[in-house]
Amino acid sequence: MAKQLTPQEMMRIDLSPPTRDWMDIPTVIKPGIYCYPAKPEKVEIVGMPNAHVWSPVEEDWGLPEDWKETFLEGMRERLDKHRSFKIFMDICVRCGACADKCHFFLGSGDPKNMPVVRAELIRSIYRGEFTKAGKILGRLAGGRKLTDKVLKEIWYYMFQCTECRRCSLFCPYGIDTAEVTIIGRELLNLFGLNINWIQEPVANCYETGNHLGLLPHTFKQNIEFMCMDIEEFVGITIEPPFNKKGAEILFVTPSGDVFAEPGIFTLAGYLMLFEHLNLDYTWSTYASEGGNFGFFTSLDMAQRLNAKIYAEAKRLGVKWILGGECGHMWRVVHQYMNTFNGPPEFLEEPVSPITGTKFENAKSTKMVHITEFTADLIKHGKLKLDPSRNDHLKVTYHDSCNPSRGMGMFEEPRYVIKNVCNHFYDMPENTIREQTFCCGSGAGLNAGENMELRLRGGLPRANAVKYVHERFGANMLACVCAIDRAVLPASMEYWVPGMNVCGVSELVANALIMEGENERTVNLRGEEIPGRGEVTEDV
Amino acid sequence: MITRIIVAFGAVVAIVVAALIGGSVPGLQPIFGVVLPYVAFAVFLVGFALKVVNWAKSPVPFRIPTTAGQEFSLPWIKWSKIENPSTTGGVIMRMFFEVCCFRSLFRNMRTDLRSGWLIHHPTKWLWLLALGFHYSFLIIALRHLRLFVQPVPGFVETLDAVDGMFQIGIPPIYLTDIIILLALTGLLIRRLFLPKMRFMSLVADYFPLFLILGIVITGLLMRFVYRVDITAVKALANGIASFHPVMPKGIGTIFFVHIALVSTLLAYFPFSKLMHMGGVFMSPTRNLANTNRMEYHENPWRKPPKFHSYEEYEDMYRDYMKEAGLPLERE
Repeated sequence: MAKQLTPQEMMRIDLSPPTRDWMDIPTVIKPGIYCYPAKPEKVEIVGMPNAHVWSPVEEDWGLPEDWKETFLEGMRERLDKHRSFKIFMDICVRCGACADKCHFFLGSGDPKNMPVVRAELIRSIYRGEFTKAGKILGRLAGGRKLTDKVLKEIWYYMFQCTECRRCSLFCPYGIDTAEVTIIGRELLNLFGLNINWIQEPVANCYETGNHLGLLPHTFKQNIEFMCMDIEEFVGITIEPPFNKKGAEILFVTPSGDVFAEPGIFTLAGYLMLFEHLNLDYTWSTYASEGGNFGFFTSLDMAQRLNAKIYAEAKRLGVKWILGGECGHMWRVVHQYMNTFNGPPEFLEEPVSPITGTKFENAKSTKMVHITEFTADLIKHGKLKLDPSRNDHLKVTYHDSCNPSRGMGMFEEPRYVIKNVCNHFYDMPENTIREQTFCCGSGAGLNAGENMELRLRGGLPRANAVKYVHERFGANMLACVCAIDRAVLPASMEYWVPGMNVCGVSELVANALIMEGENERTVNLRGEEIPGRGEVTEDV
Repeated sequence: MITRIIVAFGAVVAIVVAALIGGSVPGLQPIFGVVLPYVAFAVFLVGFALKVVNWAKSPVPFRIPTTAGQEFSLPWIKWSKIENPSTTGGVIMRMFFEVCCFRSLFRNMRTDLRSGWLIHHPTKWLWLLALGFHYSFLIIALRHLRLFVQPVPGFVETLDAVDGMFQIGIPPIYLTDIIILLALTGLLIRRLFLPKMRFMSLVADYFPLFLILGIVITGLLMRFVYRVDITAVKALANGIASFHPVMPKGIGTIFFVHIALVSTLLAYFPFSKLMHMGGVFMSPTRNLANTNRMEYHENPWRKPPKFHSYEEYEDMYRDYMKEAGLPLERE
């Protein structure tokens, strides 16, 4: 951000668009809103075209001579490959239902962030370059030609959409801006116009197996460090299995959980749960990433990164796959993985070894969500829980966009939370479940340089959190998404000071009564549990 | 942005003027009364079909329903069978509510920023106006069958009776006539006066509104003000429907304006946003079951991915892995 705005200043948002024709409003690429461009070496690693040094704020973007033909040819190809894209180019009636559903529009007031207008940026090219009426009548038919100014505008706004699909929920024809953004970004990647915050994780994931570029030994060490913390706070020794052939289950989670707070506490939650169950599972250092930033680059790249999970499951000879808490990871796992790289004939239909429950809903993809798995355990009484250990927490739950509108996982996390915490408060109904608001930093926009955009996009979510914070004293925002855990702390610090963020599995592990554990006086973060720490000393 | 409104309005006025002139010249009447409707109807049918075929030619590579309720998962969790369908029956129900009740629009709400709070409140105006318009249009179109088909089908008689049951005025005004006028006016006011709507609206959004308003107004004028010879209209309509067109005399010029506007709507339809009528049925975020992890969905253009294999990975990091005590395929 050029200058740090106070929340009050940031809140001065005018949701009324100007009276000028949107095609006449020049796009100014602002610091704090855009992300830095992809570094050439990161583009080259995965063999994507036109790796080059460029800057969005300079006039010359270093485009190849024939960029325009490439873009239009790419668009034609995608119209033929995706019925969604073709129909969504044709049938929007601009009814305006989506206009105020987007967190970026609500937080910024930028009229080109109304989903309909963001899609029109590309639709106008479709009309101007592909339809007869648009070619002849031009602007009268809502068409325009692809120029370098238009291209820059498209780039700017394709990276101001987190593919959260909230607009698609309200559209009477189900027009999904995420489809437009996915394809828009694919087109930009045809000549190297990605952002580095996406490209570098993609390159890392491709080689080392995870976004953060953790080498095999580091990945293992980080998890082992967490086991040392668990030993200190809980008194249980855990030796997690890595790359273990013949394990029953392969566990895959986003690498963010292996790396930074508060995600690592969620990781601790997984480790303790599996230890408690004596689960026959394994981590993989090769398929050490559940998330998939390839999905924010091109579907082709998403498929390439995703391929490792099944490949590793096959190599290790596991029966099925369990997936950790993550948002877009689950969009890819649930809606794309089987089509990308399946069907995985070498796996078995997932059955919980503890309860015997068959996960019918995962019988083809053969990958189960940790929250589905845990909810089933609790329902069958397989976990001894002491929710009063979480009594100092007043918990609210953020439905992540992708497990909500690309899967529909609403009850499982609430069931789990209500069993491990005594104080749970949902946010207002228009801001949760299928109507949930994005954290504001999804789809690879969780960089540092675009903090103003993130805070603006995070406003609608934060505003609803603030409501339960002020009304019920909620102080813990639980979620099932690694990006949420990485970005919501910044958003909360700015909009709702006093609000902490955690994963659901962290809450589970804090309440979990394990055999041979210490008396729990501290939680997984090493913080004293109010009313417990001092008591033992006083006695 | 005013230009867009003027252009759309001007285009409709031009059609009206052309039809007024054409309809008042006896020699041109067969062109406006017979040739134009035939051509327009043919363009509509062929254009509509071609558009749908064109859409259908593009595959649905991924199963991407927008899930709007609890997924089918564990047996004891209540599952939202229609909002997040996992069966064909569920999808049919979801599509029924979408197409017939405008389910997604019913979910609409308005978000305002007021003294530091984003307030989301339900708003049903758009849903109500859209529903009122579409159903009135449908019923009015069906009522017109009485002009084309002899004998008049029973359901058309019933529709007519129900629609005209209030018996207000002579001849009685139909309920749908009032609703469609109100709904179109409401939809137009939204576009003209709400800043967001004006910002996003194109000529292609104003034009159909003015056009259909023109159709409704000329229709009402024929019934209440410039009465046309209904026997002659029936003869013409019957002739057209039975492919033995005749051009009766003395119908009244206003009729030709009505026909010209309707013909324009038909011919314009396949090339416009009005194709949402066909598109809504084919939208992959609505018409697919959420069986994503239950059934394999094939992508016809799938290519095997080029990825960094485990062997390459182990070759790259063997020393680190060995040192960390990780199992290796090759020492």
